[in-house]
Amino acid sequence: MVATPDGGALDTFPRLLMHHARVRGDRPAVREKDLGIWQTWTWAEVAEQARALACGLAELGFKRGDRLAIVGDNRPRLYGSMLAAQMLGGIPVPMYQDAVAAEMVFVLQDAGVHIAIAEDQEQVDKLLEMKEQCPELQHIVYDDPRGMRHYSQPFLHSCDEIVAMGRIHNTNHPDFIAAEIAKGAADDVSVMLYTSGTTGKPKGVCQTHRAFIAAGEGGRVIDRHSEDDEVLSYLPMAWVGDHLFSFAQSIVAGMTINCPESGDTVMTDMREIGPTYYFAPPRVFENMLTQVMIRMEDAGALKRRMFHYFMDVAKRCGAEILDGKPVAAGDKLLYALGNLLVYGPLRNTLGLSRIRVAYTAGAAIGPDLFRFYRSIGINLKQLYGQTETCAFVCVQPDDEVKFDTVGKPTPGVEIKIADNGEILVKGPTLMKEYYKRPDATAESINADGYFMTGDAGFIDADGHLKIIDRAKDVGRLSGGAMFAPNYIENKLKFFPHVKEAVCFGHDRDEVCAFVNIDMGAVGNWAERRNIAYAGYTDLAGKEQVLDLVRECVEQVNAELATDDMTADTQIHRFLVLHKELDPDDDELTRTRKVRRGFIAEKYKVLIEALYQGKTSQFIETEVKFEDGRRGKVAADLAIRAAKTFSSAAAKKAA
Amino acid sequence: MAREIGDVVLDLRNISLRFGGVKALTDISFDVREHEIRAIIGPNGAGKSSMLNVINGVYQPQEGEIIFHGEHRRDMDTHAAAEAGIARTFQNIALFKGMSVLDNLMTGRNLMMKCSFLEHAFWFGRARSEELAHRAKVEEVIDFLEIEHIRKTPVGRLPYGLQKRVELGRALAAEPKMLLLDEPMAGMNVEEKQDMCRFILDVNDQFGTTIVLIEHDMGVVMDISDRVVVLDYGRKIGDGVPDEVKSNPEVIAAYLGTQH
Repeated sequence: MVATPDGGALDTFPRLLMHHARVRGDRPAVREKDLGIWQTWTWAEVAEQARALACGLAELGFKRGDRLAIVGDNRPRLYGSMLAAQMLGGIPVPMYQDAVAAEMVFVLQDAGVHIAIAEDQEQVDKLLEMKEQCPELQHIVYDDPRGMRHYSQPFLHSCDEIVAMGRIHNTNHPDFIAAEIAKGAADDVSVMLYTSGTTGKPKGVCQTHRAFIAAGEGGRVIDRHSEDDEVLSYLPMAWVGDHLFSFAQSIVAGMTINCPESGDTVMTDMREIGPTYYFAPPRVFENMLTQVMIRMEDAGALKRRMFHYFMDVAKRCGAEILDGKPVAAGDKLLYALGNLLVYGPLRNTLGLSRIRVAYTAGAAIGPDLFRFYRSIGINLKQLYGQTETCAFVCVQPDDEVKFDTVGKPTPGVEIKIADNGEILVKGPTLMKEYYKRPDATAESINADGYFMTGDAGFIDADGHLKIIDRAKDVGRLSGGAMFAPNYIENKLKFFPHVKEAVCFGHDRDEVCAFVNIDMGAVGNWAERRNIAYAGYTDLAGKEQVLDLVRECVEQVNAELATDDMTADTQIHRFLVLHKELDPDDDELTRTRKVRRGFIAEKYKVLIEALYQGKTSQFIETEVKFEDGRRGKVAADLAIRAAKTFSSAAAKKAA
Repeated sequence: MAREIGDVVLDLRNISLRFGGVKALTDISFDVREHEIRAIIGPNGAGKSSMLNVINGVYQPQEGEIIFHGEHRRDMDTHAAAEAGIARTFQNIALFKGMSVLDNLMTGRNLMMKCSFLEHAFWFGRARSEELAHRAKVEEVIDFLEIEHIRKTPVGRLPYGLQKRVELGRALAAEPKMLLLDEPMAGMNVEEKQDMCRFILDVNDQFGTTIVLIEHDMGVVMDISDRVVVLDYGRKIGDGVPDEVKSNPEVIAAYLGTQH
């Protein structure tokens, strides 16, 4: 860790902020597109804002160790309020902005929040609605005053009001904040991030300044992030990915955070900013590729042929060129031409022209998808981690990128594989504890100080970590073969037409699956074939769509058959669900992971029907709409059998 | 509520409008107060759109008198109406389909552009700073109506509900004192209607704009308007607050038919 000229270590975020304000005060720290124009705040301005906000919060009664709830889209002020809370030795608790009331109530109660900062009227309304249930909540501060004129509650304050109050406080007590920052220690909790909880209630993960700064430092060392880098912050602030890659990374490296105008404009904003460093879960990369493919289908014949020709070239040698491996001169020339005609313009359209390094994590990424981005010259890497480890355990180093591993351990991190295949992690980025949950903390960190990730995996010959599945999801077929549902589901999801899949097979004699089609891709596919449909349920029930899905399933079966480990877990029967799995119906977590147990319970009849070998099954399901109303969807679902392959034949074919 | 309904700003007295032998409006009188939301309802062909067209000067009534901000006039002309701060939207969307949302909204600022055609064409002198100022205003409207994501999209490619919103935006770009909305919610689904209602109420509330609207959806009209005037066959058959109008026997008869 670097030391300041006056001898203090830069070991907390507020100290780093003050350091940047001194050293690169005029450099941009945060940008936001407001009224169509990108507005810039320099490090000096951000520091001043955060200081004023901190003083204002102190006036409201915010003390050391207090939790500050933050809810809203990525806004400069909300990032500022995190720093403000940290200056006072408090703990910011970002919350998912699209969470329903009950989930937010739990966090507010659990964290014992006195002061909450909300982005706008929408979030304030939600907080007001649940204020009765959260007696400890005393003040609500809002950033955007629009629509707030008629709210007269005395506990509501605008951010401007708090900042103004803070400035006065700062003039009267000019040494107050400096003294508060001086009291901070590296081992203080810097943030509490609630895990989305695939099972049970969410838990507040307490991370220290030391842990997140270590993670940020790691990124800076491995991928050479500097003050010249730009990142677009568009992922939920409550997610560890955003906290590391936007907040911590930016403050450690002194780079610029860019906040998009709104959720709908991310793609345009990205083109305008041209970030040099980008982070997205695989589904975002997948959506981008699906968009490109749909638009290419609509392009003129010449453009289409050019695209496909050069994509073949890229597939052949693009990734090798990026890795600096030797490539035939002819291919090199063709690739250069392709770069001029196709890859360059494509990168530009996607807003990835200036990308130096891009990361993906959170779920497995399809090999084709991964190769696609690397082959058009984007240095996409996978990394591995979870909220409890600041999302920073393994990362793929340059020149050692493999599509099926998550890379090597980051500096200072130790990895061990337990006897049951579970991955154990120890290192500087490990959490301090679960908030008020010593029982859960003891359960997840063992006596030797290793965090039990719950993921099953192994380390390959090159020292790279390879993830197979969730340890607890790995089951066995009644025949004794190992059954890794995620592994199979991911293979299915790598088809653009399949959005979501859930496989069953533990303690059964064979594997069956539920499938969700991708409305955009299949809808477009159907339009091209003049198949009329009314909506998701109708489209999902179409004969031709079922055949399309069957082809995907059979291809997966063929792949599974090539490996003795997985040959027995081929999918025998499947059905296409009549509704999309949705976090609002509790079927997915907020980060869109399948909640296996819940789904198995909810759709019990369907599973029985699959295993009884029926050809169709009627089902009616309750759904929640966005505005909180409820409705019902009913359908007669067709059950289809898929071809399976014997492993010997598959090997021969391969 | 912050807004307070003020004095009468527009008083229509004994308006009659004929097209040859067809009587579109017969002896209609009603007034509009400052900051209020005034609805005009009635069955098809009742003369609602004609009434709006009289207010902003598209039609000149043969009889009657219009008193606008204390000024007596026989009729309005469209240009004068626009300069006096009356803006409107149309029943059938009247946007420039090939132009972007942004450009369409900029046309709403047309009246306020003071530079000459040549200055604008060659982008010199005041033209630049003038356009920047107008653009800033238009961006506020874009923010207000939450249409940032379609700023650069040609209007013709947008779904119907959004086109309606853009049309409202163009009217707002003119910073009107009075806004005439001709069936702002026609052909929309429930969600789009809810959005539109919210925008209309917000406009009225935040900018204090007086709003005269024609609407067929009774639920919407009764919910958002302060006073309602009812027309039938070119005559006025009811006028008052929503509850009064709802219980008026003549209005019920016009809508549901009478027993003979």
